[in-house]
Amino acid sequence: MTDAEQAQRESTEPAGLGPAESDICLQGVSKRFAGTTAVDDLDLEIERGAFFALLGPSGCGKTTTLRMIGGFEAPTEGRVLLGGEDVTDRPPYKRDVNTVFQSYALFPHLTVERNVAFGLERRKLDKAEIARRVQETLELVQLEALAGRKPAQLSGGQQQRVALARALVNRPRALLLDEPLGALDLRLRKQLQIELKRIQQDVGITFVHVTHDQEEAMTMADRIAVMHKGRIEQAGGAAELYERPRTAFVANFLGVSNLVDARLGERDGELVTLETHDGARLRAPADRVGPHDGQAVQVGVRPEKVRLLRDGVAPPEDANLLRGTIVVASFLGVSIQYLVRTKGGEELTVVVQNTEGEPDAFTVGSEVQLAWPPRHTFVVAKETHHEA
Amino acid sequence: MRRSLRHWVLGAWSVAALFYLFLPIFVIALFSFNDNQGRFNFTWQGFTLRHWADPFANPDLAEALKNSLLIAGLDTLIATALGTLMAVALVRYSFRGRGAVDMLVFLPLSTPEVVLGAALLALFLTVNIGTGFVTILIAHVMFTISYVVVTVKARLEGMDRHIEEAAMDLGATEFVTFRKVTLPMIAPGVAAAGLLAAAISVDDYVITSFNAGQTTTFPLFIFGATRQGVPAEVNVLGTMLLLVVLFLMGANVMLQRRLARRDANLLHRSVSTATEPLQAR
Repeated sequence: MTDAEQAQRESTEPAGLGPAESDICLQGVSKRFAGTTAVDDLDLEIERGAFFALLGPSGCGKTTTLRMIGGFEAPTEGRVLLGGEDVTDRPPYKRDVNTVFQSYALFPHLTVERNVAFGLERRKLDKAEIARRVQETLELVQLEALAGRKPAQLSGGQQQRVALARALVNRPRALLLDEPLGALDLRLRKQLQIELKRIQQDVGITFVHVTHDQEEAMTMADRIAVMHKGRIEQAGGAAELYERPRTAFVANFLGVSNLVDARLGERDGELVTLETHDGARLRAPADRVGPHDGQAVQVGVRPEKVRLLRDGVAPPEDANLLRGTIVVASFLGVSIQYLVRTKGGEELTVVVQNTEGEPDAFTVGSEVQLAWPPRHTFVVAKETHHEA
Repeated sequence: MRRSLRHWVLGAWSVAALFYLFLPIFVIALFSFNDNQGRFNFTWQGFTLRHWADPFANPDLAEALKNSLLIAGLDTLIATALGTLMAVALVRYSFRGRGAVDMLVFLPLSTPEVVLGAALLALFLTVNIGTGFVTILIAHVMFTISYVVVTVKARLEGMDRHIEEAAMDLGATEFVTFRKVTLPMIAPGVAAAGLLAAAISVDDYVITSFNAGQTTTFPLFIFGATRQGVPAEVNVLGTMLLLVVLFLMGANVMLQRRLARRDANLLHRSVSTATEPLQAR
């Protein structure tokens, strides 16, 4: 965005909005539909200019949350604030946010150009200004050549970009994206992920992105809120969620996790001792533990953090150690993936980079030791804490 | 050999079926050129153009046709407007009694016309409204509205709800959304509903006869005339209506074909640009 545009954006913004840090704020928001709770007492703050992802499986309430920000659903309880202003009771056309719908929801009877101009026409801007901004936005999404087409004459990826342009052209406070890439094939999706991220950096407005695809969320978002059963399980950066999941659900939803039942033991300086159900003693950083109800927890480690050692080889000092037998070995080219059954019966996944060039280093049936540094260990409550 | 036989049999069968459908219409058109003597027009007596020279020679017939067209026109306007709004309400909004309205709207479709006609007459007599042009119109609006609601509802139900949400998201109020997005999108359904209402109104006899009073419509006139003989002008006007309808249908088909061809051309051109990858910036 050029300086002139920046200045104009500021001048077109509604007056009376302070430089609030949190652009979008949900306070104790719940939404109940005839007996079922879609969103359960949710608090959420999204900073201005962030690329924020709401991640979760279908039915977790993420789309409902987005629709309450957009004004398509009224919360049963709680308040929705945009830039510090309470908009809970305002209809969508009185909210300074725009939505990109999963189905794109383009106007089939209007050309690409008129689709994109729709929002500006409602604001009664003058014709030359509308034409200029439409042209500019179509260039941003590289669709200027197709301005005269009807939506039915476009491919899925092109329709997606029209939907994006139609929302962006209004320079909203925030853009709400409801699974915007869900209907596209994998190759196009990857391409558009990068494209969306680039556009967000160019225009600098807040993006709230709803998705069930953890890889998509991690690729694009600065911050991710993992939702489950109408609540936010954990919010944070991709690395934080991956390395330090606080619940079993988050651990499992973002990548493969190896979880072993254990009991919390004594604290030992920076570390905490845990005893697994089969008697092994593991250690984890104390600041990654809890607060948990009771002593029953699960200890976890990501597959790529684990080293496999032959039985009898001395493990590195201070390493966490489990013993097991290789059940499956899959050669994936760049890496080798092993499934190891521990003495306690869990099947853990270990991914070994294929740097040795010896794909048959460990064969099925070999007795192995799993070793990893305590700092890569995480601890989660034994069950998700609000199981129905 | 067997293949060609099958083709031949199928072709003959189709021609026979079409012949069965179109023969009566053909006879109506043919007898508009009949040089009939006397009151009846049932036997071929020679070719003439005299009925076509002045189809409105019979003032009662002209008056009846005028009434029918006027009622059909007004009925179409009123029933289409009300029916479309009812359909929008039934599909897009939830309100107390929606289920009941949804069901009751089918009632006029399933009730025998005699019952509807008699009931309406009883109603008009009870509230002391003299039957005539206005009561015919009221009756027609009442039963054609059901057809409009059913037709428009089908169109609305097939429409992505998010499209209207998108319009509101982009700053359009409910009314602007309806005018700029909903209405253009359901326009084909509304047009079809209007044509249906007009067609049903023009040829209704039973309900109209109960509520007509001294007013005569085209079907009422023909029915009355058959008791003393049918003037050939009836055939002329019937054929004229048929020609108008055929012309409109033909124009519609041509227009659709032209639009489809244009879309196909555009689509063809878009394929070459669509396959180009986005250039990285």
